[in-house]
Amino acid sequence: MAQRRKKRARIGSVDANTAISRRNLLRAGAAALGAAAGSQVIGAPTIWAQEIKDIELRHVGVSYSVVKAIGDQASKDLGFKVTMQNLDTSAAITRFITQPQTVDIPDLEGWQTKVAVARGILQGIEVKRIKEFDNILPIFTKGEYEGKKVSRQGISPYEAMYIEKKDSTKIVEGVHDWMTFLPQVYNADSIGYRPDIVGHPVTHWKDLIDPKYKGRSAILDVPNIGIMDAALALESRGDLVYKNKGNMTRQEIDTTINALIALKKQGQFRATWTTFEQSVELMASGEVVIQSMWSPAVTAVLAKGIPCIYAPVNEQPNGKEGYRGWCNGMGLMRHLSGKKLEAAYEYLNWYYAGWQGGFVARHGYYSPVPKTAEKFMTANEYGYWYLGKPAADVIKDPYGAAIAKAGAVRDGGSFIERFTNIACWNTVMDENQYMIQRWNEFKSA
Amino acid sequence: MRHAGQSGERASPSPPPHRVRTAPPISGSPARPYLLVAPLLAVLLVFVVAPLAFVVAVSFFHYDNFAIIPAFSFENYADVLTAHLTYELYLTMIWFSALTWFFTLIIGFTVAYFLVFHVRNPLIAIGLFLVCTVPFWTSNVIRMISWLPLLGKQGLINNALLTTGVIRQPLQFLLFSDFSVVVSYVHLFTIFMIVPIFNSMSRIDRTLFEAAADAGSSRWQTLLYVVVPLCKSGIALGSIFVVTLVMGDFYVVKVMSGGSRASIVSAMYDDISTLLFPHAAANAVILMIIVVIMVSLILRVVDVRKELASQR
Repeated sequence: MAQRRKKRARIGSVDANTAISRRNLLRAGAAALGAAAGSQVIGAPTIWAQEIKDIELRHVGVSYSVVKAIGDQASKDLGFKVTMQNLDTSAAITRFITQPQTVDIPDLEGWQTKVAVARGILQGIEVKRIKEFDNILPIFTKGEYEGKKVSRQGISPYEAMYIEKKDSTKIVEGVHDWMTFLPQVYNADSIGYRPDIVGHPVTHWKDLIDPKYKGRSAILDVPNIGIMDAALALESRGDLVYKNKGNMTRQEIDTTINALIALKKQGQFRATWTTFEQSVELMASGEVVIQSMWSPAVTAVLAKGIPCIYAPVNEQPNGKEGYRGWCNGMGLMRHLSGKKLEAAYEYLNWYYAGWQGGFVARHGYYSPVPKTAEKFMTANEYGYWYLGKPAADVIKDPYGAAIAKAGAVRDGGSFIERFTNIACWNTVMDENQYMIQRWNEFKSA
Repeated sequence: MRHAGQSGERASPSPPPHRVRTAPPISGSPARPYLLVAPLLAVLLVFVVAPLAFVVAVSFFHYDNFAIIPAFSFENYADVLTAHLTYELYLTMIWFSALTWFFTLIIGFTVAYFLVFHVRNPLIAIGLFLVCTVPFWTSNVIRMISWLPLLGKQGLINNALLTTGVIRQPLQFLLFSDFSVVVSYVHLFTIFMIVPIFNSMSRIDRTLFEAAADAGSSRWQTLLYVVVPLCKSGIALGSIFVVTLVMGDFYVVKVMSGGSRASIVSAMYDDISTLLFPHAAANAVILMIIVVIMVSLILRVVDVRKELASQR
């Protein structure tokens, strides 16, 4: 036993050394990569290259977060194989729990992280092995930005971020040496609308339930986040003030659902939608003119040549409004060890090296380490997507289609403006089952 | 599967005499019939009985936000059965089933009748029958979604009516309504009525029509007193298909109602999406019991096995 442990320690230290040297190389390589994208990291130690070339990492999760193009690039850069597998949120967490051996890197939201940690299927991510840890925005690592606390309604990434020991199954407050998941892509969601028909700038959630758009508005039908959009709208209209929109009491759930049922009976909602494509179709076909929406869906509507604006819903002085934030990150499954674990750390660090940040920015998402992402974007792109500046030239999506003309400004302004205005985070509530039941009552009303 | 169980029960007490007469003499060891059934039995055990047993077992488990705890508790059933929502969902789906059943029956019967009795050339009849299956060369989803551009606010029907001046405002009820759901069901499931009814009708002895005519019955009376009774087994089989398909549906309701209706299965899906497996399992078991009851009611009205056997 002791012998085996010693052996493992030895292997660990050897690997750590190679890893460190490789990481330096990676950094050096990163700059070269921008120009010669796709080339292997030049000069990686041959021994390491031999050892890792048979490794395969399986990164499993939702399609908007686990993207094949990113996996392909990582495989090229790192010299081992990364396979991306897409499942929807519920199928993914079910697989992590029931077949943990078939996954190496799980894609996790806050609530999934909470479940996964409690079930003991993850191992902690060692903070000191994440090279860019200090450059991760404090929104995630400390739950604050420029001294201002980030909203804790719902499950903020910070809330599910740390455990005390590598194998701990309890999430704790405060900054610790072990992380549960590493944020990799996130955004702030709001309302999409047709400016040509709505006729005035929308900056309040209450417009979603304004009788003016009777029969022409739609809401998101994923119960645990749809109800938060509804809550934001009701709070905005002045119906009630929630203590925590991300963890409502039964009474708050009742008030919200009853209001939704009343609205439905008045014919407010033309439809509800569950997939990205449905929301695009609803807006593009003219069925609805205002609806809760996701950023790339707005981009997709624009790409069809139909005007569509992603409403900036900055928090008001009275505490109303604000965005619904979400964040997906990467975990390490507990079964990872030895070289495969080394490779997994390489992969996590690669995410923060910037290529991925540049890629996701082009469809409106963000990297938690903007500093490195900036290197993989043109000044024009960075200005448009992150700083909220008018585009100096045509803006293209990750696949090369033009989505904004010179002079256009991103809706909602700069990245910082969006993220300091988060009202609540995607979540699963304590009263989840009751809420889902009542949500279905709204659906069948 | 259910059908097989049903016939098994009935066969055991007194096997129909003609079956014994026509069956080839059984040779070899007495274990042979069992060996012959074994592969099917194995498949059913592994792919039907075992998963069902799991679902039933899980439906008695406890759960919280993080874990599912093995237990034996009726809590989930109590939750499901005391919820107002459950009754609403079942009523909705039974209503959809009834409407769909009615329309698919009328259309299915008419189409089969035309193919069997009005198309004289059997080759053309088979050809037309195959044409009925052409839509099945594309997926269910495509066939359903193809209604969207037709029924939408700016769809073909509304555009045509608006330009001809019949209406001034687009008709909203065409899409994202109960109407569009039923239209879609009828479109998707009529074939399941046509096939078994076509099958039963083809077996009808044509001389019966002459006999009926000789006995002075009108065409309408022949239809009612000769054709319909002889098609009973086909109608029953078609009804089983249509009713079970609608009761277990989740996607058509979701898309065609524009998410403004929930179905029994979509409520289960919402449970599963946040890991409330035991609650969903209890719901699934209840749905299964209700569907089995519906099917056995249909089989009670028509003894499919007897009908099929007597026609051979």
